[in-house]
Amino acid sequence: MPECDGDTIIRFREVSKHYPLPSGDVVALDRVSLDIMKGDFIAIMGPSGSGKSTMLNLMGCLDTPTSGDLCIKGRNIRGMSDEELTLLRRDHIGFIFQQFNLLPLLTALENVQYPLILKTGSRECVERCRTVLQAMDMDEELTSHKPSELSGGQQQRVAIARALVNDPEILLADEPTGNLDSKTGTAIMRLLDTLNREEGKTIIMVTHDPAIAEYAHRVVRIVDGRIT
Amino acid sequence: MQSLMFFDLARRNVRLHWLRSLLAILGIIIGVVTIVSMGILGNSLVLAISDSLSSVGDSIIVSPHTGGPGFGGASGSNLLSDRDVEQIRRAAAPHVTIPVSSGSSRMKIGSEDTVGVVYGLKSDDIPILLELEEGSYLRGSSGAMAGARFAEENNIKVGSRINLGDRGSVRVVGILKERGMGFDINPDYGIVVEQQWFRQAFDQQDYNLVIVKVKDLSQIEDVKDAIDRQMNRKETVVDVIDTRAILETILTTFGQISTFTTAIGGISLIVAGVSILNIMLMSVTERIKEIGVIRSIGTQRREVRRMFLYEALILGLIGSGIGGVLSIIGGYAVSMVMLQTTEYLFVPSSLVHVLYGIVFGLGISLVSGSYPAWKASNLNPIEALRHE
Repeated sequence: MPECDGDTIIRFREVSKHYPLPSGDVVALDRVSLDIMKGDFIAIMGPSGSGKSTMLNLMGCLDTPTSGDLCIKGRNIRGMSDEELTLLRRDHIGFIFQQFNLLPLLTALENVQYPLILKTGSRECVERCRTVLQAMDMDEELTSHKPSELSGGQQQRVAIARALVNDPEILLADEPTGNLDSKTGTAIMRLLDTLNREEGKTIIMVTHDPAIAEYAHRVVRIVDGRIT
Repeated sequence: MQSLMFFDLARRNVRLHWLRSLLAILGIIIGVVTIVSMGILGNSLVLAISDSLSSVGDSIIVSPHTGGPGFGGASGSNLLSDRDVEQIRRAAAPHVTIPVSSGSSRMKIGSEDTVGVVYGLKSDDIPILLELEEGSYLRGSSGAMAGARFAEENNIKVGSRINLGDRGSVRVVGILKERGMGFDINPDYGIVVEQQWFRQAFDQQDYNLVIVKVKDLSQIEDVKDAIDRQMNRKETVVDVIDTRAILETILTTFGQISTFTTAIGGISLIVAGVSILNIMLMSVTERIKEIGVIRSIGTQRREVRRMFLYEALILGLIGSGIGGVLSIIGGYAVSMVMLQTTEYLFVPSSLVHVLYGIVFGLGISLVSGSYPAWKASNLNPIEALRHE
């Protein structure tokens, strides 16, 4: 089992992911090896169906490799139970989705509170949530609004605040600007850039947009499940 | 605290889909009201019957055998002779043996004509068997005691005279307490006279039945067997029945009827459970993506399960709570319609049905919610996230 050294936060070693289908196995990732260092800002690019999302899902502990080793924060996730994977996600990984994916029944503030309550079991966390929302340039008065009452940019800011509230080292972003106009997209990317530079968050972002990929330090291109 | 958050989410979801939640709650209410009302009715029925049957659980009734081949009766008749009574007395000793004669007669009370049952009992035996409401027990041989209902219906008071036509007339010395339906004698609708007087008036020397009062209930079987051995040695001369057994059989039968009607009510609750299952499955299907999101941000499977179970619990709690309250009203209405009384409604054995109904309603809701909850918690987070 490979060990991750101090600065490697995610390590892929010969990682393959196969999806069994009646017509035969689909190879989504084919023996991928990749080291991601603490504080990296990586853009994963590639055509549709190339395996970008599979990589992101594996890094997000939503799935486990069929073969190979994937270490996240020094722990090999292959063979981990669903409970262990969920805890790893909750405590160390923040998700940012293209569709924002806020919980429609909760207000902006409650959406941010949700992961924190999951982790701490305490509701004495409103101040922390407000601080994170403020850092995302969210107006105080908007925090009591439901997602349906917010613009796309505002929703994405709330989603980023939700991803950050448990202070994870890793942020996984799946086309974070895909549903935003270019101006709002740029603002969101600046936010992510600041988080990376000032708070040292490791950001792995899947994108099709080369202009967005420019914010990353490194671009990983993937085609047919292999890094090129 | 997580529990509170999941409960709050469940509550908001129930409120969001208020119409279908309301329909599911309505189903639970109907189910709970049905089973509780049926339970209360059944219990009231059993209580009403136990009350109307007199406390004759300590008696053995010996009557001439009927329905047998040939003659079918003691000493060739349908009556028991002094000799038979003596034999029964010996077999049943030391327990008290009370021979009873009975017949019916046209009676004239004042200007009213009626027909009633006349029991002939030895005056010493009357206090053992019957309780006095007013007046006194029989002392001489020409008095009579009137049954409570008979006295009420015919406006008989202590001192009234009852004319039995050719058989003579008697003066009422006492009114008996209402005894309820008995397996031995039913003096509520008749009069009791001294045995000597009865013999002369009805020209009947023998007895219709013998009641044996058993002091210790555990000896009932032994006494029964002893009488049976004594009397029915060669052929069946007498029938020996034990009132406790009859009472138990009747109460068991009514208990079973009550259980059966409650079970029918239970079916409506199961139907309500199916409707909860249905709306919960709809809820899971509509929220697949949401489940994917909460799983991806660190919600455990068991927490997802809990969230959906809370939804079922909320529906069950509201439905069972309202159902519990309404079922008291339902039980009241059913008791009034079927039994014309509600005196058996507010007794613990009836009210416990409300508790059963609520617990059953909650149980059904949770059972119905458990499959959708399990389904939600076992969704693959990646597939759930991709769901549109």
